[in-house]
This record gives sequence, structure tokens and C-alpha cells, in this order.
Amino acid sequence: MPHDHHDHDNHLDPMEARTRALETILTRKGLVDPAAIDAIIETYAEKVGPRNGAQVVARAWDDPAFAEWLARDATAAISDMGFTGRQGEHMQAVFNTDTLHNMVVCTLCSCYPWPVLGLPPVWYKSPAYRSRAVIEPRAVLAEFGLTLPESTGIRVWDSTAELRYLVIPQRPANTDGFTRDALADLVTRESMIGTGLPRVPA
Amino acid sequence: MNGPQDLGGQMGFGPVRPEPAEPPFHADWEGRVLGLTLCAGALGLWNIDESRHARESLPPAIYYNASYYEIWLRALEALLAHHQLVSAQELAQGAAEPAPAHPRRLDAAAVPAVLATGSDYLRPLTTQPRFRPGDRVRARNIHPRGHTRLPRYVRGHTGVIEAAHDGFILPDTNAHQRGENPEYLYTVVFDGAALWGPDAEPGLTVSVDAWEHYLEPA
Repeated sequence: MPHDHHDHDNHLDPMEARTRALETILTRKGLVDPAAIDAIIETYAEKVGPRNGAQVVARAWDDPAFAEWLARDATAAISDMGFTGRQGEHMQAVFNTDTLHNMVVCTLCSCYPWPVLGLPPVWYKSPAYRSRAVIEPRAVLAEFGLTLPESTGIRVWDSTAELRYLVIPQRPANTDGFTRDALADLVTRESMIGTGLPRVPA
Repeated sequence: MNGPQDLGGQMGFGPVRPEPAEPPFHADWEGRVLGLTLCAGALGLWNIDESRHARESLPPAIYYNASYYEIWLRALEALLAHHQLVSAQELAQGAAEPAPAHPRRLDAAAVPAVLATGSDYLRPLTTQPRFRPGDRVRARNIHPRGHTRLPRYVRGHTGVIEAAHDGFILPDTNAHQRGENPEYLYTVVFDGAALWGPDAEPGLTVSVDAWEHYLEPA
């Protein structure tokens, strides 16, 4: 496609130059250590991402006591797994049921639970998602290939404060006896935002 | 402020376009902007609310044409200039005289601990909360000129308190260096039909997290 979906990201050359100029200034003025920037990038490119959240979900599926803890005090339960820090200081886990599907948005900026999901994808930060998730979530879900029956309620959580939401999807059928790692492999990023469901085992 | 950031319920932005196997960054500069923003924030001259306000204060035409990291970069430039860390001349020339390291410069060795710690926004209060779970409340019809986290699409509408949280730093004053002024925070649930009228999608509820003064009894 000659015109793909990066139409919000097509200013590469001017932005590259502008960013380099600012980094040069801040480094020379002793305000920024370029190696610290490298370390931040490495953290979110390689270490902190949605596999963390998938481990939380898999444990919740596998361990009812942990699921109960997660429902009562998600910050402590998730911290117990070693996932803490910036943009995940105050966590809340919201559980899908047979009758309710949860979906998370930040209409005002791009609030997102970094320690468990990493950095938000472009679509999550896009005006299209932020504007529509609260008024027509079913139409948005259809664009993710997910159509829910009208009898299933949809709860949209607008992250307007410092609470960060992690959706706990329902455990797929036919996963009895799965190891936690095998369960975690079924958990997608979208299923933890609420714009998708977990994979179904083959 | 009723700025370009307040997007809930707006129309005309087209479909949502998920990207399979999306990389963390789409260009090298995006990662540098993330790092610059966090490193500059670590100097301690501003807080997260002031950062958000700098982003939403960009002119709407720029905000809507920019990628998210471009918004971050432009807001960072504005914050650096406002706090006199970088001059307009330095920004224009892309050059500056060398200076020794700032005492609060974030060093690479400290990055893992800083990111894994974050910031505690809770400020436990000893006063009585005004509302309890189950209370019916109305989001006030207010239009602050400064920063606020009460989205327009709930203002004037009635919902129900689902959860009463402890005190949290109030963004409305914290963004403007007028203090933390913690208030109780509530998760307030609105019926889709209350927000969007008869054409609301079936079975929809929407919640926001609202500080106490955003709400009044209904």
C-alpha cells in the first residue's frame, strides 16, 4: 500500500534532526547522559513488555488464590511477580466474565500500564481509538476482528487518573493441564487491553 | 482545559488500525525522545501533570498532525524553555556551551532502579470522604482554563460511585506548581445511554476516575 497506516509517523527526517539537536544540547549542558537514554530504550525494547502481563494472567488462571489477591490488591499481587515501577504504581485488575467484557482507554493522553504491558502501541495512542472507545466500543472491537453478542455488556475504563488497568481475560476452553508458560503463550497484548481475546489452543 | 487532548466522543478520526507484531519504536528518534523526556523529567523541575499540560497546550492543528512522540518532543522543548534550562537561541542553533553535569542528571547506572520504582501518587487522607460506593453523583459542569482530568464527555452527567479510593495528588493544581492538594479519588460509572443518548451502543458502561471536587451529589 503506498499510503499505509503510519500517516502520523511520516516526518522521520525532520524529527530525527530535531531530536538529535535537542539531545546534543542537553548532553553538552550536562542535563542528560546519552547512556541513560540507551538504558531506557533497552528496558522498553527488550525487557519490559506484554509478556510480563501474560505471566500475570496465566498465574491468575492457574492459581485461584493469586486471582483473588489480584482482584483485591493488584498492585501488591503484580509486584510479587517482580513487575513494578513507572506507570504501574497503582494497578487494578479487571476480570472479564460471561456477561461483561472490559476494555481500557485513555481518552486524555496515553496512560497505559508499562510494567506489565510495556509501551503502548501506536493505535492505543491514536485519536481514532481515544475518541471512539468510549462512544462506540463495539465498532472499535469489530475493527480488531472481535464481535461480542449484544447480551455481553461492555465496560470501558477511561484511565483519567494514576490508576492503571489490566484486563484479565477468561481462560480459554480446552486448556486443562496446560503449564503456566503454555497458558501465557495464549495471552495477547490486545486481550489485556480488552480489544481482543486470548488465542484458542490449536 | 478544553484542548485537543480531550478526545472522548469526538468523531472523524477514521478507523482504528492495529498493527500486527508492532515494534516498540518505528524510528530511532522515537526511542531517543522517550529517553530524553524521562531524563529531563528526572531533573525534578516539573511533574507528570505539568508534562501532560505541556502536551495538551500545543495548538490543536499541531497536536492532531503530530505522532505521539512528536507531541512529546514539542512539549519537552516547551518545558525546557519555560524552566530556562534551554534558551530559544540554543534550540534554534542546535548548539550550547558545555557545562558540568547537573547534580540531578540521571545516570545510566540508576535507570533500572528509577524505572522499577516509579512515583507514588497516593496521599492518604484523614478527612472523611464525601461519597461512598453506591452514591449517585453528577460530574460537575466545569471548564477550567488550566489542566484537568475530567473529560468533557462526562461533564453534567449522572453516574454511580463504584469504588472510593484514597487520596491522590490533584493534577489540576500540581500541573501548575500550585501544590499537590490531594483529594479522594472515585471510580464513577456512567450508563452509555446517559452519556450518548438513545443511539448509545447496547450494554455499554463507561467509567472515569474522578477527584472529589469534580463531583456533586445527584
